[in-house]
Amino acid sequence: MPKKPLLFTHQLEYLSILDENGNVDQTLEPELPEDFLLKLYRYMLFGRRFDERMLNLQRQGRIGTFPPLTGQEASQLGAAAALKPSDWMAPAFREGLAEIWRGKSMENTILYYAGYDEGGAVEEDRNDLPLAIPVSSQTLHAVGIAMAMKYRQTPDVAMTFFGDGATSEGDFHEALNFAGVFQAPVIFVCQNNQWAISTPLSKQTRSETIAQKAIGYGFPGVQVDGNDILAVYSASAQAIERARSGEGPTLIECLTYRMGLHTTADDPTKYRNNEDVKVWESRDPIRRFQTYLLNKGVLAEEKTQQYEEEIKAEIQGGVERSEKLMNELGAPEDMFAHQYAELSPHLLRQREEMLEQWRLDQKEEKNG
Amino acid sequence: MAKLTMVQALNLALRQEMEKDDRVMLLGEDVGVDGGVFRVTDGLIDIFGAERVIDTPLAESGIVGAAIGMAVYGLRPVCEIQFSGFTYFNFHQLESHAARLRHRSQGKYHVPMVLRAPYGGGVRALEHHSESREVYYAHTPGLKMVIPSGPRNSRALMVSAIRDPDPVIFFEPKALYRAFREEVPEEEETLPLGVPVKVREGGDVTLVAYGAMIPLSLDAAEVLKAKHGIEVEVFDLLTLSPLDDTLITESVRKTGHAVVVHEAHRSFGPGAEIMARLMEEAFFYLEAPVKRVTGYDIVYPLFAREKAYMPNAMRIVRAVRETLAS
Repeated sequence: MPKKPLLFTHQLEYLSILDENGNVDQTLEPELPEDFLLKLYRYMLFGRRFDERMLNLQRQGRIGTFPPLTGQEASQLGAAAALKPSDWMAPAFREGLAEIWRGKSMENTILYYAGYDEGGAVEEDRNDLPLAIPVSSQTLHAVGIAMAMKYRQTPDVAMTFFGDGATSEGDFHEALNFAGVFQAPVIFVCQNNQWAISTPLSKQTRSETIAQKAIGYGFPGVQVDGNDILAVYSASAQAIERARSGEGPTLIECLTYRMGLHTTADDPTKYRNNEDVKVWESRDPIRRFQTYLLNKGVLAEEKTQQYEEEIKAEIQGGVERSEKLMNELGAPEDMFAHQYAELSPHLLRQREEMLEQWRLDQKEEKNG
Repeated sequence: MAKLTMVQALNLALRQEMEKDDRVMLLGEDVGVDGGVFRVTDGLIDIFGAERVIDTPLAESGIVGAAIGMAVYGLRPVCEIQFSGFTYFNFHQLESHAARLRHRSQGKYHVPMVLRAPYGGGVRALEHHSESREVYYAHTPGLKMVIPSGPRNSRALMVSAIRDPDPVIFFEPKALYRAFREEVPEEEETLPLGVPVKVREGGDVTLVAYGAMIPLSLDAAEVLKAKHGIEVEVFDLLTLSPLDDTLITESVRKTGHAVVVHEAHRSFGPGAEIMARLMEEAFFYLEAPVKRVTGYDIVYPLFAREKAYMPNAMRIVRAVRETLAS
């Protein structure tokens, strides 16, 4: 029985179209309509400003814990923007911008982080799962949705988002394995932002890339510059096309960086130095896309100012509407809504009990 | 009417629901070509094809996570986990998502899936193959927990579970899979989830049990009547969650005595909840402390000693006599 080498011929592609200074590789530049490019830019800008406002609201105590997405605008929007409305998306919890692109209202986002269950509502015409906090668990749902699409023979695909930390979870591996075995039309989009709270990528995996993990499950992986929206969009569009035409799943690793906190409860100065953050600041996804659009003559300086002002007003409107909603919501019995299709007699009694206890609490508090 | 084992009755339920509704899918380890290790899904792949009877990779979380996705998309997946002792791999998918997606999405999505798994002891099995841990699921809001006790009710409950709009954990007492046959009508038959049934009338003591404990409880009731003239009223819970205690409480108000039987561990077990409900609803009617006949609070032993662990009819007879004597 001789020992013999088993040769693997797999190779990975790394894709970058727009460098950090906004110079474009014209051989790879996707042909996208100008209004679409502007829409992407405006959404990225919106994502950044909304993030800043949310952070602000959290510091003022007007919302609770919130996971900022600054720095990852291109890596989530580039992927989500390549989907059709009839496709499905299963986000993790840092894809707020992708969700808003897909049609989630700002009000629901704010309500959710202000502690109102109502904020989890998914709009009627939006085929997305609500955000999922248990890391990597949502990747399997996307696979199940994709398996169901295949069974129903629809031309749709499912896309799921997760971080670099998620690739250590069992569910990630089970999801990739199921997707490979059943050739499900699913796109796995890893937001490799280098950090899982305080744990750096080097402590999550010895793999040189996350993209290469796809090879073990029998389908392609690609690594892209996650701060280059053209690269993320192109890789996603290609993966979606593969999935739609029955060629199965793809894993896309977006190299990006979590510029801010894990959540507002986190203090990154404890575990990472500012030098690294500075390096990534120079790779900012919005600035380079703006340079590209200015150079291309698609965007004018005045227009960016106009966008800034419009966005500021939109966000202010969203905050005001959500705070108005908070005053209207909050009936405590609503916590019993949407538990089951029908409440059992036992739960109906508990709801009555809760209301009575709540009434007595309020009376006691009022009387001191 | 055909006389069927529980395995055959469950197979009938799955087959008929799949014939009626193309949303119903089966998935699990060895459920297709092999027909399931207990043969519950025997032959279904030949009728419905590998698209609907899916042999999956060996990954419980994968099975349940994928089923959740399918259910949200509008299918009605029925997954089989080969033994309930392996459902811990998928527990977080049930607790974190199946149980919560209706609420999290504020009613946009729901998860009409069934998780089937054989549970319980007394079959001389390997480690992890005999446990009775239904309380984990009964304790989890958003899930329903169903356990049949015979061929006919297993078929009727399975049909209801598949049609239920919420996730149902369906534990099958493997000790009863082929223990006896019952007449099971070919025509459709359902049983409501969340409603216990009285399976024996009696005025002296109320006995509450479910699953594989039902035949033992009925045997014990026979002995108590024949040897001691004691009339036992026996309730089969059928659904642990949601638990409706109305009939049981009513019965205890009549008998003044109660015994709860389960093979699950005692502490924080289903008996604890039933006793608490009796304290709340029938305290002043009780003439003696409620007794429990249960598994002990230890790791389930390998099978050389399982006979001493498992409740049996003799233990039930003694418990009933003790509660009546006190």
